[in-house]
Amino acid sequence: MSQTRKQLLTDPLVDNNPITLQVLGICSALAVTSSLNVAFVMSLAVIAVCGFSSLFISFLRHYIPNSIRIIVQMVIIASLVILVDQIIKAYAYEISKTLSVFVGLIITNCIVMGRAEAFAMKNKPFESFIDGVGNGLGYSLLLMGVGVIRELFGSGSLFGIMIFEPVSNGGWYVPNGLLLLPPSAFFIIGFFIWGVRTWKKSQVEAREYKIQTLEEH
Amino acid sequence: MEGLISLAVKAIFVENLALSFFLGMCTFIAVSKKISTAIGLGVSVMIVQSITVPANNIILSYLLKPGALAWAGFPDVDLTFLGLISYIGVIAALVQILEMILDKYFPPLYNALGIFLPLITVNCAILGGSLFMVERDYNFSEATTYGIASGFGWALAIATMAGVREKLKYSDIPDGLQGLGITFITAGLMAMAFMCFSGVKL
Repeated sequence: MSQTRKQLLTDPLVDNNPITLQVLGICSALAVTSSLNVAFVMSLAVIAVCGFSSLFISFLRHYIPNSIRIIVQMVIIASLVILVDQIIKAYAYEISKTLSVFVGLIITNCIVMGRAEAFAMKNKPFESFIDGVGNGLGYSLLLMGVGVIRELFGSGSLFGIMIFEPVSNGGWYVPNGLLLLPPSAFFIIGFFIWGVRTWKKSQVEAREYKIQTLEEH
Repeated sequence: MEGLISLAVKAIFVENLALSFFLGMCTFIAVSKKISTAIGLGVSVMIVQSITVPANNIILSYLLKPGALAWAGFPDVDLTFLGLISYIGVIAALVQILEMILDKYFPPLYNALGIFLPLITVNCAILGGSLFMVERDYNFSEATTYGIASGFGWALAIATMAGVREKLKYSDIPDGLQGLGITFITAGLMAMAFMCFSGVKL
């Protein structure tokens, strides 16, 4: 039993990552990664919401009528997000300003919905909780990866601590401004996916058209 | 009026929901394989967006804001913390109603858009539009303009993306980059192009 629980937790990290393989929840993954502090808080929020929403939905799974299950799930998730939002506003007000609408958007984050629908409705509470946390971690892993690249090369720091002294402060590093702008997040995630799929060949998507070689011609 | 036009242009191009705030990315990537379906989804998003943003604006100013309940005799009540749950409720309910109305009175349109409507409830662009409206403190006319324009911007982005992807499937892409990877990089290039509008001032 413990073996499968461990799998539930570790599978979504690389083998079945919600972002690179299932294309879920990328909306917020891109927008909050220009600084690590913000990405970190966002990751914690998603892990918490994902884990607990799976837990509660799983507790209620026998009582939720099938025809209105989406609305019930939505209400549970929205209540949890309001809770998380209020906590962030109380203890990290500056970060909540930068996160702006993206904490609220965890409600429509497809990872949370997807896990509730695909796993928590059919499984026991504890397994669902672990599955939710695992998927939250898979999301966080990618978020932090993108965050490290963007902050380190974009402003020369990590978690706000200077690593590369930028030229403007008398150092040697010329920051790459592009990495602080939105498009860079698309490129970095694109390259991440390329890397993961070169490593795990089974995730490669099939071509719709095959390029004809000279011999076949 | 001038303010509204500049707000609209800004919402369509400079602050495009899909390409500069990454909202509605899941559907943006998943449903952009064919131009016709992309336009169908884009139009549905635009319709829903232009109804939900003003509707949520009314809810905010008459029910939730501090002092908004004065008409009911509770001038000290502040219900803003219920915001998220009310907005998503309004969106889910409106999408459901829209689906029923279309089914009853405009069957051809329902057949064309029907499959996309449930998808829209969980589209971040819709909830995002309402949340931006709250954050930027729009009044009713600004909210209406913003709803229509941001929906149009999203539709524009997904339609162009589908156009690019229809041609892209014939090209020789490295195996690992096939499908999702190259789509992201294309979206990145499009986002860069859209950033050129950022200097536009009206």
